Amino acid sequence: MSLFDKFQGIASVRRDLDELGIVPFGVVTERLLSATEGIVNGRRTILAGTNNYLGLTFHPECIETARAAVLEEGTGTTGSRMANGTYAGHEALEQELADFFGCGQAIVFSTGYQANLGMIATLAGPGDVVVLDADCHASIYDACRLGGCDVIRFRHNDAQDLEKRLRRLGERAQNALIVVEGLYSMQGDQAPLRDIAAVKRRRGGYLLVDEAHSLGMLGANGRGAAEAAGVEQEVDFIVGTFSKSLGAIGGYCVSHRPELELVRYAIRPYIFTASPSPSVIASVRVALRVMRAHPELRERLWENARRLYHGFRELGYDTGPEPSPVLALAMPGREQALRMWNALLENGVYVNLVLPPATPSHYPLLRCSVSAAHTPEQVERILGTFAALRRRASAVHDGPLSAEANAVSGGAG
Amino acid sequence: MSSRAEILDQVYEVLRPHAKKGQALTEDTELVGDLNLDSVQVLELLLEIEDHFDISIPLNALPDIHTVKDLAGELEKIAGSVS
Repeated sequence: MSLFDKFQGIASVRRDLDELGIVPFGVVTERLLSATEGIVNGRRTILAGTNNYLGLTFHPECIETARAAVLEEGTGTTGSRMANGTYAGHEALEQELADFFGCGQAIVFSTGYQANLGMIATLAGPGDVVVLDADCHASIYDACRLGGCDVIRFRHNDAQDLEKRLRRLGERAQNALIVVEGLYSMQGDQAPLRDIAAVKRRRGGYLLVDEAHSLGMLGANGRGAAEAAGVEQEVDFIVGTFSKSLGAIGGYCVSHRPELELVRYAIRPYIFTASPSPSVIASVRVALRVMRAHPELRERLWENARRLYHGFRELGYDTGPEPSPVLALAMPGREQALRMWNALLENGVYVNLVLPPATPSHYPLLRCSVSAAHTPEQVERILGTFAALRRRASAVHDGPLSAEANAVSGGAG
Repeated sequence: MSSRAEILDQVYEVLRPHAKKGQALTEDTELVGDLNLDSVQVLELLLEIEDHFDISIPLNALPDIHTVKDLAGELEKIAGSVS
């Protein structure tokens, strides 16, 4: 019995992949050409799985401000927010986030993962209960383990099941922390937040919405799914990240509850880690300003999302009920998913390969995400590459790709 | 639901259709091993138990539930916390 025995499962998957000659989880982007293109395996590649929704990673003003921050404040803070790691920029960003969301309080974290981990684990300790959507992100599940609360799942996007779970809790429902995501990271579908807020009104509890994938994407001002659903006043905590639409790294929580200032001093993933680097804070502050000043970025993102969605539908893929900047195509099996993913990469298109158990169902997914920075020509090239590979697949009868071509419409539900 | 004996009786009632013909169910019956259920079937069985007792079994309690006795104990605990 060795410490490493539990990794045998991983070893066997690695052996299978080696036999196929495919390396899906070690892709190296050798050089970045722009927010949407890079050199992968020596080949010019369109990046269609980066979560870079507004394409701000190469925004000239973000880069210029980050460069100035490095020169003026150095490469890192080398300390915790609670010690030497709070600079004027960290405080200013918290103020700007609170202002943007119209909330009194904001906390900035070093990563989005830590924002969920810290907020949920600190709010819900032993004896408390978290009621979460079954498809919630790993950071939310990990937070529950760290906090030691009771964890009750409700069926994905099913407000009725949430209501049943809260009813069954009796008096405990009053203090339950309900956790959902605005837009789910794997399938790109949105939470029914109006229904969920109504359940909370009837049954009690506190509501935390993770807007990691919806900031800058949903709502008239880009505040996310809660804004789009008109329920911001009923959301107690919004958690999000700087690593997607704002093009850097870091996380935040905003709340209209003044108690957030007390919670701050108990959050271990906030206290026992170094604060975000000055350059990161600087670029995020500019990105937030750019996002607010340029709603046309959001329009361009959705134009690209709609084109890709309808293009995939024309090719016969099951892309879910409505257009979304995140589209997940279900593959019938691991080998078909791997071969299709690899063929796309060899033809200059990078998408995310997601294998169970990281997927909501037992189907592997090819997850695509579009950006406002993709040109219409790039979107057509992505679709053209999928189309060509499907044609090639159906031409080779009984080939591995033809199985994929026939079975993808099975869905991932 | 109140007493341990009543809870056990109801657990047996829900489990019986999942057991092999003539298989005796006791407090020491193991849900996975003795009833020969795979992980998906165990989750379905737990959903059935949850609906029957009109409660939710927390995800974090599952690693400690191996036998009928463990399950009854957890149900007793939950019944005590909601009423």
